[in-house]
Amino acid sequence: MSPVPPFADWLVSVLIVIGAGFALLGSWGLVRLPSLMERLHAPTKATTLGLGALLLASLVFSALLRGSASTHELLVSLFLFVSAPVSANLIAKVHLHRLRHGEPSEPPGSAGAPAPPSPEADWATREAPHPGSPGNFEGD
Amino acid sequence: MIAAALDFGFAALGLALAFNLWRLIRGPGVSDRILALDTMVINVIGLIVLAGIEAASAAAFEAALLLAMVGFVGTVGYAKFLLRGDIIE
Repeated sequence: MSPVPPFADWLVSVLIVIGAGFALLGSWGLVRLPSLMERLHAPTKATTLGLGALLLASLVFSALLRGSASTHELLVSLFLFVSAPVSANLIAKVHLHRLRHGEPSEPPGSAGAPAPPSPEADWATREAPHPGSPGNFEGD
Repeated sequence: MIAAALDFGFAALGLALAFNLWRLIRGPGVSDRILALDTMVINVIGLIVLAGIEAASAAAFEAALLLAMVGFVGTVGYAKFLLRGDIIE
């Protein structure tokens, strides 16, 4: 087995502390921030920085201290980096959808209530299609 | 050194899960609850990774990857149902 670098211990420990600290910070923001649109910001930091640092710590640990490098951790963090914006966008859409239908349990944020959608709006964007773009598919 | 950092990490992630649980119970909206569940999945993945470091085992990554995928599909399912009244149309 190759000699263990003296800084490996420190590197793994610092990465674990950074990652767990950011995860805690994200959940604290989820508790503290006033409305959903603000609350959406906090856990995304926990995902990218917190879990990114934790997975990097695991990668460094297995590569330097156990001598068996693997790229599985990179796969997990890659998947999380791809999927986190998609789920955040969908949650924001649910919030806007319920706001427009007057759900009393979904208070609007500091930006105020969103504008009502136009009659020919698309469900995904709530905007009228731009002129010249294909739309109005039959039987949709 | 690593053992102390792992103790701190387990404590921080446990506290983060408690915060998420508070938001899950408190609400007030359904979208807040979906967000709390999504964040809980993220934190549990962190716990699994820490347990993998502590046990020095490579089996934790399959569990972390599976949980990441199932959590994402669950969040999309909830959101899609609330948006459209159906999940697979």
